[in-house]
Amino acid sequence: MSYDTTDVLDHETREAIDIDRTKGDFTFPERNKFDAGRGLSSKTVDYISDVKNDPDWVREFRHKALKVFQDKPMPTNWATKDLESIDFDVIRYYLSDGEKPKRSWEDVPADVLETFERLGIPQQERAFLAGVEAQFDSEAAYSNVKEELTKQGVIFCNSTEGLKEHEEIFRPWFGKVIPTGDNKFSALNSAVFSGGSFIYIPKGLKLKQPLQAYFRINSENFGQFERTLIIADEGSELMYMEGCTAPKFETATLHSAVVELVALKGAKIQYVTVQNWSSNVFNLVTKRGIAMEDAEVRWIDCNIGSRLTMKYPGVIMKGKRARGEVISIALANTGQHQDTGAKMIHAADDTTSNVVSKSISVGEGRSTYRGQVHIPKHLKGCKNNTECDALLINSHSRTDTYPAITVKGNRHATQHEASVSQVSEDMLFYMQQRGLNQGQAMSLAVNGFINDLVREFPMEYSVELKRLIDLEMEGSVG
Amino acid sequence: MSLTLDLPPSMLTTAPETPAYLPAWFADRQQSAWQRFLATPAPKRGDENWRFSSIKQLDFSAFRKAPASHANVLIARSTGLAAPAAKLIFVNDELVHVDSNLPEGVICLPLAEALVSHSDLVQAHFMKQQTRLGSAKFAALHEASLTNGLFVHVADHLEVEGTIEVHHWISGENTVIFPHTLIVTGKSSKVRVVDIFRSADAVQPGLAIAFNDLSAGPNSRLDYIAIQAFNEVSRVIQINETAAARDASTTGFILNTGAAWARNESLSRLEGSGSRSDMLSVSIPAHEQEYDQRTFQHHVSEGAYSDLLYKNSLYDDSRTIFSGLIFVDENAHHTDAYQTCRNLLMSDTCEANSMPGLEINADQVKCSHGSTSSQISDEEIFYLRARGIDPGNARQLIARGFSVDVVDRLKNEAVEELVLSFIDEKFSRIANGHG
Repeated sequence: MSYDTTDVLDHETREAIDIDRTKGDFTFPERNKFDAGRGLSSKTVDYISDVKNDPDWVREFRHKALKVFQDKPMPTNWATKDLESIDFDVIRYYLSDGEKPKRSWEDVPADVLETFERLGIPQQERAFLAGVEAQFDSEAAYSNVKEELTKQGVIFCNSTEGLKEHEEIFRPWFGKVIPTGDNKFSALNSAVFSGGSFIYIPKGLKLKQPLQAYFRINSENFGQFERTLIIADEGSELMYMEGCTAPKFETATLHSAVVELVALKGAKIQYVTVQNWSSNVFNLVTKRGIAMEDAEVRWIDCNIGSRLTMKYPGVIMKGKRARGEVISIALANTGQHQDTGAKMIHAADDTTSNVVSKSISVGEGRSTYRGQVHIPKHLKGCKNNTECDALLINSHSRTDTYPAITVKGNRHATQHEASVSQVSEDMLFYMQQRGLNQGQAMSLAVNGFINDLVREFPMEYSVELKRLIDLEMEGSVG
Repeated sequence: MSLTLDLPPSMLTTAPETPAYLPAWFADRQQSAWQRFLATPAPKRGDENWRFSSIKQLDFSAFRKAPASHANVLIARSTGLAAPAAKLIFVNDELVHVDSNLPEGVICLPLAEALVSHSDLVQAHFMKQQTRLGSAKFAALHEASLTNGLFVHVADHLEVEGTIEVHHWISGENTVIFPHTLIVTGKSSKVRVVDIFRSADAVQPGLAIAFNDLSAGPNSRLDYIAIQAFNEVSRVIQINETAAARDASTTGFILNTGAAWARNESLSRLEGSGSRSDMLSVSIPAHEQEYDQRTFQHHVSEGAYSDLLYKNSLYDDSRTIFSGLIFVDENAHHTDAYQTCRNLLMSDTCEANSMPGLEINADQVKCSHGSTSSQISDEEIFYLRARGIDPGNARQLIARGFSVDVVDRLKNEAVEELVLSFIDEKFSRIANGHG
């Protein structure tokens, strides 16, 4: 039995989903003025630096990173062997039409505009967003911040602009939360990064509306390496949302971002991601935040697409009473491996962290939770709570959990809990007794499983999320 | 002290010789194991199976085999159960005492003897599984170097009352032993074995690379209890492999109170439906003791049950590592698997590392794992103080209760008492050492 034969979704929803399904799956002819070609060498790095007219320190930073990337082995001692199927020699590391980001949608080239119109970005901006940055392959195609925010001192631009025009704010934190050598892919990103957002929120400013970015891969064999740095100054608050899509190409595509968050004293940052890459994208992302005294960093993360996602958002709690949180939902369908988790590094007294992770494996999909919690011995009063729940839908679905918890000293408390279950027959039977068909019952059960997390997402994202999940579940029952 | 000029050759560089009276197949196995030992690379930093481990503990170059010494003294000190069904005492892997009241149908022999008298039976069961939790190199060294141990085979439908008790002593400085325990139970039979590991004195470092291989036949019950109470300058690698056939029930228990460094690798294979494996451990490290425990619950068959409970009470600068994995094969539907590791932190300088893992490839599965690390709460201490118990005793009482919880699951009063006597001895040493 599948959704096709059921009336689980009313006509309207079905139509909405049908639009969703093809929404990301389209391409336009490439129209690149700058193309770094295939493969990676110091020439590629120089090419990118030349095109972007990088300051010398950035060029040097890139070259050092390239060396680190080349020296580091693939982390296949713990990660999946699928990583070895990435061919770094066929990937194109930089593509751009060579134009500056536009401030108004009218100035954006028609095909790029149409791409983003189809993804629904301008409408959303008009509706309620404070600012949008849209990235097409390597460079930002459009960026805008509402005028009053600029007046209040908010900086929201792409990273290239950030490091040139706001070097005094940008440089002290750039590469500090995630050093180049953190892992092979953060090194790769450091060598060839372009695009991504730079955001600075001044002291005490609490943004009521979220800032948003969209990332889009349009070209085959292309690697997207955006670099985002968000600095929330003392007592400020912001929510940042990013969405990711790519059309379905025949060959693998690489997305390897680095995202650094800095929450200074008393600041709050919420970073929301809905990732729906097509199923040939390797999504290898390093995300980490640093939280100073009384600050809070929350990662709200949803991974639905991609071939392999490896993403472990982290928080370094560096000031007293800092708080870190990771809330994540992953859905792995056939041909997909969602390897996600969280990293909580306690580095001050009375810091607390919370990790809640839910994963759903459908068909032959595989979902993995990997976590690290570290509490050193000279601290006191640190607390961590970790919960990870996995739901298996079909008999070939797969799920793994690999947490690592280090606690030193006796003035802390940690707890970790994980469970694996399937939708119970009793539950389905109960709902079927009440007139739902099997598909409806399954949909209800799955939505119930993730419901408490979905509520953490902003409204229109949570609606989108439920639809995406229903769509992925299609045909998996019976 | 051995100050003689011609020390026996290092066990790491010279191939051990299999005595001529042992069967040819065994000599072959030992030789190929030695080649495997040489060919297998040593664990290194970055190996996932050795994450958080102190790799430096693996330098065994100083250790050598030694003949038994002080046998009479050690026999007298080999106290255990009041009335064991059989009692064997080994000093440096040499059998020095044996006493048995076992019924007919039970073969309970030193391994060296069983290799001659029941060669085929031993061969059918000897080290069948592959060591996969990190110590493959040392399992090979064990296989190449072992000279003795225990072999138990219980005939179908025979239930052994009482417990087989085995003592393994290390005597002399830098002595290495390779105790091997092989237990095989027939259909619907039952047996229980206790291994007690100790050092002849408190100051001479020793090394034990021990292996216990448990094979539980259909519908049988096999309980194995290991008490590791070496002196605090010794090191241990203990590898356990358990296989449970249809409807078989196995219990593996390890108590760690001794050794400077102990590595336990326990692997249970649930091979038949309805089989059950209980994996239990209590560890009470103090000073700078380090216990490194790796476990693997392998659900091969559908409809099997495994339950793991490991509890650590950490004092002083001690350190524990727990890494567990529940692995459910593709067709092992209707699996019930549970895994819990709890750390009680008794000092502000101890360190507990937990890596509870799951890998599930089937559905209709009920699995969960949990890990906690925490100290005794002030309320609990207050409650006991209000009843006239001083804080020191209150803490000891709670820590003991924390451990007893696991011991209770052995379901045999005499053995529980024996295990508790070692636990209490450790607690009293901790209490004395801390004023």
